[in-house]
Amino acid sequence: MKIFGAKSAPADAEAVPPPRNAPRHVVLRVRGGALQFGDRRLWHDLDFDVRSGEFIAVLGANGSGKSSLLKVILGQQQLSAGTMTFEGSPVTRGNRRIGYIPQQKLADEGAPLRGRDLVALGVDGHRFGLPLPRAARRREVDDLLASVGASEYANVAVSTLSGGEQQRLRVGQSLAGNPRLLLCDEPLLSLDLAHQRAVSELIDTHRRQRDLGVLFVTHDINPILDMVDRVLYLAGGSFRIGTPDEVLRSEVLSELYGSPVDVIRTRGRVIVVGVPDAGHGHDGHHHHDDDPGGNGNTGSTAPVGGPRS
Amino acid sequence: MNGIDWSDLWSQIFNFSDYGDLVVLLQNSIIAGAVLGIVGGLIGVFVMSRDMAFAVHGISELSFAGASAGLLFGVGVVEGSLIGSIVAALIIGLLGAKSRDRNSIIAVLMPFGLGLGILCLALYPGRSANKFGLLTGQIVAVDDPRLNSLIAISIVVVVGLLVIWRPLTFASVDADVAAARGVSVQALSIVFMLLLGLAVAVSVQVVGSLLVLSILVTPAAAALRVSSSPIVVPLLSMLFAVLSLVGGIMLALGGSVPISPYVTTISFAIYVICRIIAASRVRRGVSGRKAMA
Repeated sequence: MKIFGAKSAPADAEAVPPPRNAPRHVVLRVRGGALQFGDRRLWHDLDFDVRSGEFIAVLGANGSGKSSLLKVILGQQQLSAGTMTFEGSPVTRGNRRIGYIPQQKLADEGAPLRGRDLVALGVDGHRFGLPLPRAARRREVDDLLASVGASEYANVAVSTLSGGEQQRLRVGQSLAGNPRLLLCDEPLLSLDLAHQRAVSELIDTHRRQRDLGVLFVTHDINPILDMVDRVLYLAGGSFRIGTPDEVLRSEVLSELYGSPVDVIRTRGRVIVVGVPDAGHGHDGHHHHDDDPGGNGNTGSTAPVGGPRS
Repeated sequence: MNGIDWSDLWSQIFNFSDYGDLVVLLQNSIIAGAVLGIVGGLIGVFVMSRDMAFAVHGISELSFAGASAGLLFGVGVVEGSLIGSIVAALIIGLLGAKSRDRNSIIAVLMPFGLGLGILCLALYPGRSANKFGLLTGQIVAVDDPRLNSLIAISIVVVVGLLVIWRPLTFASVDADVAAARGVSVQALSIVFMLLLGLAVAVSVQVVGSLLVLSILVTPAAAALRVSSSPIVVPLLSMLFAVLSLVGGIMLALGGSVPISPYVTTISFAIYVICRIIAASRVRRGVSGRKAMA
């Protein structure tokens, strides 16, 4: 039985990857990109394009510069070398055509903030002045809430919502202003499996409906394995990009890491074993203290595919 | 008999003889209380959402140091407390971006400020009533020039907050996304600290530096217990702060006790009532969720 008509298309498409009709519009283009903090080179000679409607997972060990890549795209960090263009022009700070979904953090009880207010901040939170109630603004927020299935808790304090509900609101917030590119930084972190599934399906649905490019930074590809078109794997200062089948292979990752790594595929899941410890390099991304995938510094657990099933 | 004379004690705390004359005499204080309530209630909402209650306390102690120094060196209490507040607010704003850093910086600054203030007061040769007033508030001291400066500073704070309201809300509740959307989170933080410094400085002059929290934090905390609407919370918070201040001043008029116990008690009572309302809502299962068909 179909509950949501719009969701049926991506559900069908999950089985067979969508054909990438050859010349799609390039949203983001990176050429010869390098990022370096002092002596530490995170990555270099990075070349890739994100096309509209394309879902790319960004994988790699802790400290490989995944979150820093998003910071560069957001204009908060400068490339050490190379160029990066968004819709044909160099990236700038605060571009309204780029949506951003951070990892779930439990909202503070000290703030007067309901579900609709969080979404409304995406609509006009950057403008000066008071958030005066306007019919057009209200309609826009209502539409966004409905599009992410969050109308039920629109008027509930965000601090009392579950992590999954908060992330639904964040998806709605990121879609305000009709972005062309969605940057997701570990949006599934600390969610349970059912909510991981629901939130990633929501992102997948919207990228198809809106023809959005998606860059999805994650330490665990399994919740989104059947949605992604390509994988950008950052490791050892270098990278590989391609379909999951092309990149998530023992020989490819062993070469990238410079040491033997096994990629095991079992029951539709991908598990990477033997990843060397990336050390305590700080690349400006968040502390994943509550990392549910168990991707700690043990040196032997998998950055792609946690041990849970 | 060494016991307390209860009827005498009562008349020290509550004394309403010649009340009409006193109201006229102290109308400046009442106006000051109302203006302060608006400022404190409004900025309190951001103090809560930015988790800066402790910072308010730290700034008020340095404001006290500034006021004492102003008294000692003849610069003026108002000028001194303004300088102390703003210096403290800027130090906390610049060095304390992360809340852990911020708390330790405040904990370092606060006793230093208090010590400095006590030193200046100890050296001050004037009347001791003035000294005590800086810590616990004074009611009779609001003359016309002081009321005017208080109103002028209050207008700056309120207008400043209204201008940056939306991006400041964004930066306060959702800093990562706000930065991604191009909001200058760092610049807003500094502007906010300046406004907070001004608000603390004017509050110190009426309720005293030890009790600033009762108008800059308690009313907003109470309002947040009963609502999470970004429109209702600031309005309620201002209402609670005005009620506490004006009510406290009116009750204190005839007594010989400083105004602060009245203000803090009303403000605390409102907070307790709001908590009880919130708890009974939880018991009745009122969540605001819509039942979806």
